[in-house]
Amino acid sequence: MSDAAVLAVTDLTVTIGTRRGPARAVAGVDWSVRAGETLALVGESGSGKSMSVLAATGLAPRAARVTGQVRLLGTDFTASSPDRRRRMRGRHVGFVFQDPMTSLNPVLTVGRQVAEAGEEHLGLTRRAARARAVELLDLVGIPSAAQRVDAYPHQFSGGMRQRVVIAMALACEPDLLIADEPTTALDVTTQAQIVELVADLQRRLGTAVVWITHDLGVVAGIADTVAVMYAGRILEQGPVDAVFGQPAHPYTTALLAARPDPAAGGGDLVTIAGAPPSPLALPAGCAFWPRCPVRGDARCEHELPPLRPVSTRHHVRTFYPQHADGRAGHE
Amino acid sequence: MSEQTVGRSEGSLRRALSALRHDPLALTGSAVLVLLVVVGVAGSWLAPYGVNDVDVDRMLQPPSGAHPFGTDELGRDVLSRVMVAARVSLQVGLVSVGIALVVGVTLGLFAGYYRGWLDNVLMRCMDVLFAFPVLLLAVAIVAVLGPGLLTAMIAIGVVYTPIFARVTRAGVLSVREQVFVRAAVSIGASDLRIMRRHVLPNIAAPLIVQTSLSLAFAILSEAALSFLGLGVQPPAPAWGRMLFDGRGFVTDAWWLGVFPGAAIFLTVLAFNLVGDALRDVLDPRQLTVNEARRSTG
Amino acid sequence: MARFVIRRLLQSGIVLLGVTLVVFLLLQLVPGDPVRVALGTRFDPQTYEALRARAGLDQPLVVQYFDYLRRALTGDLGVSFRSGRPVTSIVLERLPATLSLALTAVLFALLIALPLGILSAMRSGSFVDHAARVFSQFGVSVPDFWMGIMGILLFAGVLGWLPPSGYVALTEDPARWASHVALPAATVGLVTASILTRFIRSSMLEVLSEDYVRTAEAKGLRTRVVVLRHVLRNALIPVVTVVAVQVASLLGGVIVIEVLFAWPGIGRLTYDAVQARDYPVLQGAVLLVAALFLLVNLLVDILYARLDPRITVR
Repeated sequence: MSDAAVLAVTDLTVTIGTRRGPARAVAGVDWSVRAGETLALVGESGSGKSMSVLAATGLAPRAARVTGQVRLLGTDFTASSPDRRRRMRGRHVGFVFQDPMTSLNPVLTVGRQVAEAGEEHLGLTRRAARARAVELLDLVGIPSAAQRVDAYPHQFSGGMRQRVVIAMALACEPDLLIADEPTTALDVTTQAQIVELVADLQRRLGTAVVWITHDLGVVAGIADTVAVMYAGRILEQGPVDAVFGQPAHPYTTALLAARPDPAAGGGDLVTIAGAPPSPLALPAGCAFWPRCPVRGDARCEHELPPLRPVSTRHHVRTFYPQHADGRAGHE
Repeated sequence: MSEQTVGRSEGSLRRALSALRHDPLALTGSAVLVLLVVVGVAGSWLAPYGVNDVDVDRMLQPPSGAHPFGTDELGRDVLSRVMVAARVSLQVGLVSVGIALVVGVTLGLFAGYYRGWLDNVLMRCMDVLFAFPVLLLAVAIVAVLGPGLLTAMIAIGVVYTPIFARVTRAGVLSVREQVFVRAAVSIGASDLRIMRRHVLPNIAAPLIVQTSLSLAFAILSEAALSFLGLGVQPPAPAWGRMLFDGRGFVTDAWWLGVFPGAAIFLTVLAFNLVGDALRDVLDPRQLTVNEARRSTG
Repeated sequence: MARFVIRRLLQSGIVLLGVTLVVFLLLQLVPGDPVRVALGTRFDPQTYEALRARAGLDQPLVVQYFDYLRRALTGDLGVSFRSGRPVTSIVLERLPATLSLALTAVLFALLIALPLGILSAMRSGSFVDHAARVFSQFGVSVPDFWMGIMGILLFAGVLGWLPPSGYVALTEDPARWASHVALPAATVGLVTASILTRFIRSSMLEVLSEDYVRTAEAKGLRTRVVVLRHVLRNALIPVVTVVAVQVASLLGGVIVIEVLFAWPGIGRLTYDAVQARDYPVLQGAVLLVAALFLLVNLLVDILYARLDPRITVR
């Protein structure tokens, strides 16, 4: 399976040097995504979901130390030179970031920003890249793209800007699209449109997608596989039907319960009490233990549970996997 | 309500002090300032010679055991003159920044608090003062009022007033919209009371920073004025004037150029180091008005 | 854009009006009779009356001001108390010397500050960064005239490479102009460079942390392209303003430096006018400088609006 993977990450760790000591932002994660497939990375902010992807693609901040193995399109990405990694970014991996208001350069026209990746990686002339930019803007549904290509970012609404960012990411028809909470900063109607747009483009172009989000509603709609992250580790991963249908980790169960349910009239928002541990001082045992509703025994506090299978492709990191009926049980 | 505001201003003072304690550069700056104040207050007693002890037999002597900073063209002891002149620099710096602080803060408070036409008129006046390069305006004012210690203080005070008015007004504009100010208005507190008790303590941080940095620039301005002969008048010693008088001799008597200038440099550096440390702690995002403003004139 | 320009023009006009009032009032603040003070020992009743009448001092204050304003608008700034020559031509004669010094100094400053500021931001925490910070702290604290004296001591005294002071017009002999301008321009330039270095560094740091820089990196652009096209273009917009403010205040004549190096510019003229109590010349120099200052600021704001596409719609 990992042969066909577009991007595969093995035992990835990210340590960030801070003034108060090293912070373990990502503490050993494995995941992979295949062509045409969507992997959703789910977690609260600070869970390491974005950092793992940024680190895997060589975009981690300078203060970060990254270890582990990353294979992109069959090549060892971590062992590649910085220049080779740069050439693969943009060409084979496209990025859509969270806030379309800040992820576009205010002093360049959108056309210029969409065109520049094509000039860099495909050797397009300025004129050809511009024509391509018009095509791309049209593809992502920007009306009268031929005129709008010369407009500046501030002349677009948030949703339209995110479409521009998507056009930018798709400029070189990448094999992988990384979407880092691309809908969080948008209003609900626009969110749905952007999700729909990405899903549609994925079907047409066969792109693999890594979708980073804390919105479980989005995940259920578009993802094939899901990985739930907490304090830099994966707590549960597997096919989306298995993980959402039979959540085995108390944290996943709690997240699903905390999801606002429109069917229930959008009633009370259930939240999980407490806060995640500081990445400066991760506990020896299960990081979720202090907030865990199950709180099995002293082993949870002192020993890190391994990631173990509950079915063929469904893995969970807990000593107390939940049963389908929601009760905790001991294996 | 008032506990909250008082708490905040105490907080900024406490943070300021602890910042100075933990930053080696700021600590050095503070130490220099303490030394300076001691010399400024007791300079005439500490100085080994009288500032105007003319001795033509010993003129233009290089630094030696008897005269560590050498002697000038009239045989006066340079060290003694540098020590006594510290008082003038500190005095002009403190008084002129005091004038700028009081006048500028008052204008800025009223402009920011009442807005409307008063704000417009006051700030346009500040714009007018801002249209002149700092030293040029100071020179013009002194030229008109006649040179001397008092007029130098007034001139420098006037020149630095707009900066304080702008910093204050910007602070007031953001503070006056906050809940505790609106609450004070709603319970019918008088405008003056609200400004004093609620607004002022909450804009203390940028003002402390501005004061410290302005002291550095005011002392530089005083040195420049006295270099031009527009500061304290001879025979009283002033650092800038000593450089002016010595400039014709420097190629033969380097000590006349080196020591008074080093005194100005160290003083200004000390105020800048302390001011920068305060800014880092109290007001990290403050616009660098000062740096943009400091004209080399 | 047009509306923006018109609004800024109006604002500058109002401020300029205020400037003329301040400059006019300067003369009124002179204790006693300025003409009598100016003439001093050369007093003779005939000259006295002529100068008073020429300066309009025998009129009521309001009349005097509007008279001053009307004549200033036609380029008539009165006559020198000393030489009797028109102030306007006296002041304009000094402009080339000041201009050549100011522009050389700013050029010198930019040559230092641009690479230093950019490098120190891009290699934050490195040796270059520390050096840049020490340099900028030194520059804002050192009195420029002291640095000038030290320069004379070293380059004119010890090494004997450069003349200690004096002026040769650029049009007259470029080589000798260069040798004379070197010391004063380097003195002023170093101070300016330290201010600009600090500003460029912080502006660069701010832009480097922007999301759109990460977007540009995510596109796989070369570092050179990211820095030149995405970072510098944004970081230098505010720098333009600061550079212009520096140029404007240098045009005001670097009084102390011009006095120290006997450089016959506006600053030196101001100093001489103060010494001679030649108030009309002082007024004229101050007015011209302030007007230039406002003009440069106006041009910068318009330039700024062209550089930053967001401004015009605000």
